[in-house]
Amino acid sequence: MSMKLSTRQVDGVTIVDCSGRITLGEGSITLRDTVRDLLAKGNKKIVLNLGEVNYIDSSGIGELVSAFTTTKNQGGELKLLNLTKKVHDLLQITKLYTVFDVKDDEAAAVKAFK
Amino acid sequence: MEQPVSYTLDSTLETVDHAEEKATRIATELGFGEEEVMQISMAVREGAVNAVLHGNAYAPDKKVVLAFERTSNDLVITIRDQGKGIDLNRISNPLAPENLLKTSGRGIFLMRSFMDAVEIRPSQTGTEVKLIKHVHGPSAGGKEGSQ
Repeated sequence: MSMKLSTRQVDGVTIVDCSGRITLGEGSITLRDTVRDLLAKGNKKIVLNLGEVNYIDSSGIGELVSAFTTTKNQGGELKLLNLTKKVHDLLQITKLYTVFDVKDDEAAAVKAFK
Repeated sequence: MEQPVSYTLDSTLETVDHAEEKATRIATELGFGEEEVMQISMAVREGAVNAVLHGNAYAPDKKVVLAFERTSNDLVITIRDQGKGIDLNRISNPLAPENLLKTSGRGIFLMRSFMDAVEIRPSQTGTEVKLIKHVHGPSAGGKEGSQ
C-alpha cells in the first residue's frame, strides 16, 4: 500500500493525515513535497498524524528528519501525532524519539503550538 | 524452504519491494513470529536499498543477487551487488549526537539492530552482505541438521 496524505486545518495548525508506507521512492517524495508546499504557502505549524502509517524504512525516517529540520529552519514547528508501535519502536532505537515532539492526542498537539 | 533459493534482480526500486516481499514470505514459512518477520523483512529491504542505490547506482547492466538459505541453526540471507564496494571506514554511527539529524545513514544500523549477525564484505567488484537470524525451536525450522 503506497502512502496517502490529506491535509486539514485546526485552529491555525495544519494536520497532515498520513496512511500507508513511508519508504524509499513515492512515499518519501510525497511527504517531502507536501511539507515543502505547506511551508511555501506559509503554513508553519504542522502536525504529521502517523496513526495509519503501518511501515517506515530508513528512507522514511530520513524524510521525517528532513521535514522536521526544514520546518524548523523556516521558523516553523513540526510535531508527530499517533505513532504506531512500529514507528514508535523505530524512533526509539534510532534515538529520534526525544528529538521529535511526539503527541498522542490531536487536541493536545494543536494546543502545544506557541 | 528446504533448499537454498537465489534470485537475480535488476537494480530498480521494484527490486527493493520484491526483496522485502520474498523475505517476508520465506521468514513466515520458516515459522518466525510476526515481530521477527518484520525485522527480517526490514533488514532485507535496507540491504536491497543499499545494493540498488549505493552499490549498483541503478545501473541497468548491474544485478543484485538475493539468496536465502536455512542452515541447521540460522536463516542466512545474502545480498550481493556489482558496485565498487562500500568503504566500511566511512560508515558513521547514526546515534552520535552530530549525526542524529542526518537524513540518511541508518540502513546498516537497522540491519544490525534487527538481525543476530551482519557480515559485510566489500570488494572492488561489489559488496556482499550476509544477514543472519537464529532459528528458535522446532516450530521455526525445517530439517534438523540439514545443509
